[in-house]
Amino acid sequence: MAKKKIKVIISKVGLDGHDRGAKVVASLLKEAGMEVVYLGMYQTPQSIVKAALEEDADVIGVSYLSGEHLVFTPLIVEEMKKHGLEDVLLIAGGSFPPEDIPSMKALGINEVFRGGSLTGEIVKYIEENIGGQGA
Amino acid sequence: MGRSNPVNPDELAAGLLKGDRRAVARMITLVEDQDERANEMMKLVFPHTGRSMIIGITGAGGSGKSTLIDHLIGRFRRMDKRVGVVAVDPSSPFSGGALLGDRVRFQSHSLDEGVYIRSMGARGYLGGLARATTDVVRIMEAMGNEVIIIETLGAGQDEIDIIHVAQTCLLVLTPGMGDDIQAMKAGIMEIADVIVLNKFDLDGAGQCLRSLETIIHTGMSEDKGWAPRVVPTIACAAKSSDVHGVDELVQSIMDHQAYLHRSKKIEEVRAERIEQELGLVFKDEVEKVVFAGLKGTGKKRKYIESIRAGKNDPYSVVEEVLSTFLKEEILE
Repeated sequence: MAKKKIKVIISKVGLDGHDRGAKVVASLLKEAGMEVVYLGMYQTPQSIVKAALEEDADVIGVSYLSGEHLVFTPLIVEEMKKHGLEDVLLIAGGSFPPEDIPSMKALGINEVFRGGSLTGEIVKYIEENIGGQGA
Repeated sequence: MGRSNPVNPDELAAGLLKGDRRAVARMITLVEDQDERANEMMKLVFPHTGRSMIIGITGAGGSGKSTLIDHLIGRFRRMDKRVGVVAVDPSSPFSGGALLGDRVRFQSHSLDEGVYIRSMGARGYLGGLARATTDVVRIMEAMGNEVIIIETLGAGQDEIDIIHVAQTCLLVLTPGMGDDIQAMKAGIMEIADVIVLNKFDLDGAGQCLRSLETIIHTGMSEDKGWAPRVVPTIACAAKSSDVHGVDELVQSIMDHQAYLHRSKKIEEVRAERIEQELGLVFKDEVEKVVFAGLKGTGKKRKYIESIRAGKNDPYSVVEEVLSTFLKEEILE
C-alpha cells in the first residue's frame, strides 16, 4: 500500500491580492512531500470549502494580508461545519496583529503562522495534527 | 467521516450512489492511496458506470488546457449536464509532493454543485495520467456525471494514456511550438480527434493553422472514418467578448461523439478502455500476490544480491519466482 499523502488547500480569500506568501507556502509544502491544491485569489468561504470537500483535504490554509482575518474566519468555520469538515485542520498565515491571535483561535482556527515562521514549524504542525486531532 | 476514521466499502458506495459528495471524495482518496479496501469498493462502483461522455484534454504545460476546460464546463452546464473534472498535475520525483494548480483556472464554477472537480498528482506514473485516474473516472460516472473531462498533466510528445480512457481526445497546441516537422511526428499528434490551436491571437497563428490542416489532410487519419479537425481558439482574453472559438470546439466534440455513436465505434472505444483497465488491475494484483509471498522471507534480498554479484539476472529470477509460485498454488 502506498503511503498516505497529505492533501492541503492553500487559498486567498476575498479581495486580498497579496498572493506571494501563499505561493511560497504552497511550494514549500510541495517540497515537504504534500499534495497542495492552490486556489489562488478572490475565493469565498464557500468556494474554499467546496474545494476542500471535493479534494478530501486534510488541511485548509488561508492567507490573510489585508486585515480581514476576523471577518472571514467565522464564515469559513461555519461553512466547514455545514459540510461536516470539522476534522479538517484550518490554519492561517500572513500578517495580523498578535493580539488578534486568541480571537482567531477562539473562532476556530487551529493554528496561525505569521510572517517569519519557519517552514519546518508549519510542516511539523501539519504532520502532527491532521486527522481530526487538531487543537 | 474524517480521513482517520475507518470506512467500509459498502457504506461509501451507498453514499456515492445517493450523491454524497464527501463519500465520493473519500473513495477517490482510497483509490489514489491504493488502499486495500479500494478493490472491494470499485466492484460496487463498476456496475453503475459506462454511460458518460468522456473527454480527454492533453497538450503542453501552459497551452491553455485548464482555461479551455473552464469554458467547456460552462457550455455543458448550459446544456444542463452534470460535469466531473479530473485534473492531473505532475508529482515531484524528489519529495513526492505536488502543486496542483488547475483549480485556479476553474473559478467560474467554484460554487456550482453540478460540477465536481478533483485534482490528482501523477505520483510517478508515466503516460500523462495518474495510476488511479481510470478508477476516479469510474467513480465520477457512478455519481451521475453525464460529462467527464480529464485533463492530463503538461504532455509533450508521447504521453498518450489518455486515449485508453477518453472517448474524444483534444490536443491543445499553440503557435510557435515548432515547424511542421514537429507536427508530423508520431505520438501525441496522432491521438487527437480535435486539435485545438489555442492562443490564436499570437504571431504566426495563421501559418501554424495552415500547416496543421495540411498535415491532417495528407493522411494522418486515413481509414479512421473521422478526420481530425483543427479548431482555432482564444481561451484567455482580458475581455470576455474576445474569447474565441469555444462554440466551434463544443460543436466539434459533439460531432465526434455523434460519429462514435453512429458508427458504433463507441463500443470499440469502451472495450479498449476495459482492456486497459483489466491489464492494469491484473499487473497490480499479480505483483502484489507474488511479491507478498517473498515478503519477510529474505528471498527478495537474496535475489537482488545474487543479481548484483553477477550470479543471476532479473529474467531468470522472475521466471523462477513465478514458476515456484504457480507450483505452490496448484499444490494448495
